Amino acid sequence: MTPLVGYLLLSAMLFAIGLAGALMRRNAIIVLIGIELMLNAANLNFIAFWRFSEHPETLTGIMFVIFSIGVAAAEAAVGLALIIAIYRHYKTSNVDEMNSLKG
Amino acid sequence: MTIPFIIIAALTIAASAAAMTLRNLVHCSLALVVAFVGLAAVYLQLDAQFVGFAQVLVYVGAVAILIVFAVLLTRGGETPEKSVFSASWIWGALVAALVFGTLAWTIKNSFASQREPAEKVEATVKQIGDALMTKFVLPLEVIGLLLTAALIGAVIIAMRDKSPKAKMEDGGLKMDKPSAPSSILHPPSSTGGHQ
Repeated sequence: MTPLVGYLLLSAMLFAIGLAGALMRRNAIIVLIGIELMLNAANLNFIAFWRFSEHPETLTGIMFVIFSIGVAAAEAAVGLALIIAIYRHYKTSNVDEMNSLKG
Repeated sequence: MTIPFIIIAALTIAASAAAMTLRNLVHCSLALVVAFVGLAAVYLQLDAQFVGFAQVLVYVGAVAILIVFAVLLTRGGETPEKSVFSASWIWGALVAALVFGTLAWTIKNSFASQREPAEKVEATVKQIGDALMTKFVLPLEVIGLLLTAALIGAVIIAMRDKSPKAKMEDGGLKMDKPSAPSSILHPPSSTGGHQ
């Protein structure tokens, strides 16, 4: 079986890619996708630590990931609704151009 | 490391990198689907079948479709002419590289390299359901409440403000009467009146 380090490195790589996307891209939707990728990297860590823990029968890691997926789904729904509302107001989804609080 | 893990990890990383770098937003969201499926495969490899299928249902089935809808509603499907990266992208890349370096260095030096996996792991749907209904019943209720609130909130945020077109027609009708200019009866609202 793959050692724990492999999964942790995969998760760190995914987190870094998501962070780079969230920080570098202009489009708000891609920023949200980057945040989703970072959440998924955290979920992968939970599952990997659960599989390599001493008491996997308590199911703690699995439960944490199930609730985390639920929260991420709520976050995606509200985030995309915000992006659509902002697009309707500014006529753009470019985060560089959204620079006034009351516009 | 086993061959299947290397294949799945390479696919996931390549797909997520594509999702972050491609110019066309529709291509980005499709690459994101591949990354989510790869992650679900990793979960299956880690004996977490339920989470793997929940990942496919929630992320591939719902979140990715939601993102495609948002892309099409904001006319993001058109490829932009100018650069897709923001003006200060070099700092973002630097921060991301630093974060990955720190994480990788920490993982390399941590206790994780000596961990052995548990012999036989059983996480059947029955066990998960039992745990959800006994030990984790309060978090389950809370997440139900959160999802309901998020659903209502998303609908309210994305709902069009009370149709500006109707407002304009209202003003147009009033304008026919010379004695009552529409600007007095209907002061221009500051919130999204120019829809």
